[in-house]
Amino acid sequence: MEQLFVTLVTFDGAVNWTVGFLTTVAIFAILALALNIQWSVGILNFGVAAFFMVGAYVSAVLTLPAPEGLEAYVAGWSIPIPIGWIFAAIAGGVLAILLGIPTLRLRDDFLAIATIGVAAILRSVANSVEGLVNRSRGLNGIDGFLQNEVQGPDYRWVELATALVVLIAVYWLVTRATASPWGRALRAIRDNEDTAKASGKNTVRFRMGAFILGAMLMGLAGAIYAHRSGTISPLTFSDLLGTFFVWTMLIVGGSGNHRGAVLGAVVVGFFWFGTPLIQESLPDWLGSRVFQVRQLLIGLLIVVFLLWRPQGLLAEQDRVSRFVSRGPDDHHSNNDSSVWQRLRSTVTR
Amino acid sequence: MGLTLIFGVLGIADFAHGDKMGWGMFLAFFIVSSEGANLGFAGGRFGSLSFGWGLIVGLLVAMIGVALISVVLERLVFRRLRVTGGGFFVFAIASLGMSIMLRAVVQLIWGPSNFRYTPGIHPAIEILGGIKVKPDQFFIVGITVLAAVLLYWLLYRTRFGKAMRATSDNPGLAEASGIDTDRIRTGTWIVAGILGALAGVMLGLQAEVRFDAGFRLLLPLFAAVILGGIGNPWGALVGGLTVGIAQELSTQWINTGLKPGVPFVIVIVVLLLRPRGLFGQVR
Repeated sequence: MEQLFVTLVTFDGAVNWTVGFLTTVAIFAILALALNIQWSVGILNFGVAAFFMVGAYVSAVLTLPAPEGLEAYVAGWSIPIPIGWIFAAIAGGVLAILLGIPTLRLRDDFLAIATIGVAAILRSVANSVEGLVNRSRGLNGIDGFLQNEVQGPDYRWVELATALVVLIAVYWLVTRATASPWGRALRAIRDNEDTAKASGKNTVRFRMGAFILGAMLMGLAGAIYAHRSGTISPLTFSDLLGTFFVWTMLIVGGSGNHRGAVLGAVVVGFFWFGTPLIQESLPDWLGSRVFQVRQLLIGLLIVVFLLWRPQGLLAEQDRVSRFVSRGPDDHHSNNDSSVWQRLRSTVTR
Repeated sequence: MGLTLIFGVLGIADFAHGDKMGWGMFLAFFIVSSEGANLGFAGGRFGSLSFGWGLIVGLLVAMIGVALISVVLERLVFRRLRVTGGGFFVFAIASLGMSIMLRAVVQLIWGPSNFRYTPGIHPAIEILGGIKVKPDQFFIVGITVLAAVLLYWLLYRTRFGKAMRATSDNPGLAEASGIDTDRIRTGTWIVAGILGALAGVMLGLQAEVRFDAGFRLLLPLFAAVILGGIGNPWGALVGGLTVGIAQELSTQWINTGLKPGVPFVIVIVVLLLRPRGLFGQVR
């Protein structure tokens, strides 16, 4: 426990770690909520990292000053950070439109493959095209939000507050969206696409809408991440951390449930970012391999939850509106939520 | 080809296939490397090929090993998921989870470094018109053709293959006609595992042995499968060749770093023009 002890021994150390941890988790929680919107209509997005990355890069190049010396990137217009955020969200949405047009009409699995591919391609483009985003050197010195106004150690509170405020806004937005007629239609499409079609819903358009909304939120999360960390490079947006990590959060927390997505981000995030704390206290043979072990455990978490608790920690609520009275069988905490029921009813080949 | 088999017959997009290839690669490496030498393998080379009996033993071990991994994962995870029910999504995510686990275990055992089966440079020999080919590459092409022929024979000339295709077309009906679909599924995983191991070892021979090599190949693999038509082994072979050649030729015109993007572009174009692939039949 020495490392944990060292880090947390002083009050300031503990506060420091907790603030940093919560800020990171808040950003991942935004990603998880965004993914939840897409997943709740049955879109299998395995390229979260792509949208996250696009948002981060767009906001970074727009808000950075013009490149100097060895630096080589486009834009560099020093525009205000909040406007960078907006463009990041738009960029995420545009990417979703480009990807969605060829794939959303086709089989569900093609979108999964296409998204995992686009993440790989964006990384290789960022890495190899000269003069676009500084290649593998990455972008450095990205200003933080309100960094000039608040300086010194207090700035970390600004970072935390920024991430939390955006998280709360996103949470509010997605909750409103899923409770709206639009959200109910999404659910109807997921639960039974044919019935939804028969009721006159343009299912492709609804799915596209959900895909775009989720992608915009992922772009926004990317922008916040970029301004928080100050430096980004293609390596930052690996499939493991950018995509599968978010999926684990959603599956552990409870897919289809917004509160579950946030809870999953906290639980999985604590597990992931907390392991280095105990690294020192582990025996040598384990301590030196802790990073591989936690990667192993992330994979294990996904499989274990799918097998034994597919609804996650918090199951999806079947009640679509507070104006609908609670039915006698509305306690779904231990039963199947409808998303899994639908998946179960899908005939497996 | 292993991937298209799983995809086509079982309707599962196995995202762990690439990492199973990685396992095959490393199991063979284990036999070929010094640890294997201590066990009495390795040694000798065949003529101008860069490897000897060690690799052949390694190849066999890799095939058995990966087939075992596939079956264990199928028993532990996929079968349970099928019993509790679960659609494409659940399988896809589960296989992704397993992919992460398999890769982590490879890293735990062998570390993140890259290896080669045999050190040193292997000179290429010249054949017709100044085209240079390494002797190993003849071997790889030969094995691939052999594997394709064997797979064709298995699928279209044996009872097992017939049952496999029946399970693919209509699992309910196949079961009703007295086919033990569970056994067929296990068999399919074994065949796919063997093919995956084979591909992994060949890849290791051609390039480097590295822990994420299999995963990096996943996109070109899916591209090949989609291009060839899902579940069609000949299609997968042709698709694989097309994707591979396109990828290598593309470096004539575009930045080498963009090479990984080529399969993706192919996928998108195919999806737009011929969603069933070049050789896909209309059901």
